[in-house]
Amino acid sequence: MDASVVIFILSAALIIASALMVVSTRNLIHAALWLIATLFGVAVLYAVLEAGFLAVVQVVVYIGAIAIMFIFAVMLTRKEMRDQGAQVNAAWPMAALLGLLTFGGLWIILSKWDGLAKLPAAIPGGADGTLQQLGIALTSPDAFVLPFEVASVLLLAALIGSVYVAMNKKGS
Amino acid sequence: MSFLSDPINWIFTGLMSTFQGWGLNPTFATVIADLLGVIVLITLLMVLDIMLVWVERKVVARFQGRLGPNRVGPFGLFQPFPDIIKLVIKEDITPNGADRFVYNLAPILSLGSVLFLWAMVPIASKIYGTDLNVALLYLVAAGALGTLSIIMAGWSSNNKYALLGAFRQVAAMISFEIPMVVALLIPTVLSGSLSMKVISDVQGSGRWFFFLSPLGAVLFLICAIAELGRSPFDLNEGESEIVSGYHIEYTGMKFGLFYAGELLHAFTFGGFLSILFFGGWQGPGADTYPLLGAFYFVVKAMIGYWLIMWVKYTVPRIRIDHMLAFNWKFLTPLSFAMLIVTAVMHSLFQELMKTNYWFYALVMLASNLLVGWVTLEIMRASTRRQRQTVEAPSDLLSKSWPQH
Repeated sequence: MDASVVIFILSAALIIASALMVVSTRNLIHAALWLIATLFGVAVLYAVLEAGFLAVVQVVVYIGAIAIMFIFAVMLTRKEMRDQGAQVNAAWPMAALLGLLTFGGLWIILSKWDGLAKLPAAIPGGADGTLQQLGIALTSPDAFVLPFEVASVLLLAALIGSVYVAMNKKGS
Repeated sequence: MSFLSDPINWIFTGLMSTFQGWGLNPTFATVIADLLGVIVLITLLMVLDIMLVWVERKVVARFQGRLGPNRVGPFGLFQPFPDIIKLVIKEDITPNGADRFVYNLAPILSLGSVLFLWAMVPIASKIYGTDLNVALLYLVAAGALGTLSIIMAGWSSNNKYALLGAFRQVAAMISFEIPMVVALLIPTVLSGSLSMKVISDVQGSGRWFFFLSPLGAVLFLICAIAELGRSPFDLNEGESEIVSGYHIEYTGMKFGLFYAGELLHAFTFGGFLSILFFGGWQGPGADTYPLLGAFYFVVKAMIGYWLIMWVKYTVPRIRIDHMLAFNWKFLTPLSFAMLIVTAVMHSLFQELMKTNYWFYALVMLASNLLVGWVTLEIMRASTRRQRQTVEAPSDLLSKSWPQH
């Protein structure tokens, strides 16, 4: 067994177990911390796939910004951070059935796909090459510069909008 | 290949031949040799950390006109050992209502987030953990984990002061991360790489990035101090307001881990300052003898650490609204202006760098000084406006008070 397979199995187990804990734990802060474990497992998967940039960005953006925002919001909004009600409702057999059907469908589709058995093609230029290609693709007019800029304008609009909403209007 | 020209590879080859002599499989032997390297690096860092306790106490004493530790051993050098013995034999208290698992995990994560950083620090030309091509982003990611550990400590202690400290830390982290990332982009633009190893490699023969971008170095130092949560940005501890904040409930060695993490973090950021702007391990003879390079690196990192301590023990803590205004209205715009100016000047004069380096350096330095001068002028004008509104003579006061 290859070392990368061992790492994949370990991190996949971590992702599944902690994702289960996210939805099943009753303490909201614990759910947020388990979510961080899940996101960390995904970052490990990216690293195994030689996408170091994505792995680090996953940690910076999802753990460093989004998960910490979650914790912050939970701390600020609720005094009692424990969920008291029942964890499942009457529709749970239906949901389980749908989940199983989706899993089965994916299983059938993926088992017919021959890409799973192939080895990944060698990346031209190695890990540095992918990082450079990503940077060029994001800024080149032939590739993704327009979606990239549109996304940044969208974020800027959200930023200005939130400042406008929060601003103390004069005279009121 | 000899020990002096490539020490790590020399040891590695020796270990591998020993392990394979015992009949170990080569892959397994590599894993063991790598693991040994990690353990040795962490052990050296922790031993250094013990001595940093002495350095920190001695330096703070000198800045405050005291003698500092001077009883145990020569110059009080053995003082850290009684300190540690005291921490270890203290009673370990977990407060009522604390979340035990998170409470115990937080100090480990706090020290761990600092030790992670050393995986990609180039200590010398051939002494480094790994040459990560996204090292600068990795630095930010490890900082995020450090912040997470502070939130975990603050929340799980079940203490209002601890929670307040955690909130303040998040406010500081979210705001100071922006100028920090932008300041990190300045060495990236100048070297064309995010890798710490490449950044320190290209600064050979005195071509330090400090001379090309002194403002960038100052920006990085300020953001590093904020990231470390040291004075004047130590609002997350604020012992006079929230009785040392997030680690108020920790006793014994659990507090010791926070303390060790804080000291090592400061030393690490001194090291980053030296790598990003002062050439890292570069120095006379460091190319041929990596151990000499490691010595230069530690000396430069210590000077960086000393600068951080100098600021810490000189400047009083600032108010939180001042801190946020300082960041959003001063540091963030300045860092973006610096990045734009550096990028434009670098791409304009890039060709020149290969033929006439000194002219290129002069142009970069001049553009830095220009940005600094414009900043000072803008600040002067805005302070003058503020002063005029504050000092505007009202009818009541102008008669009784003498005009200056």
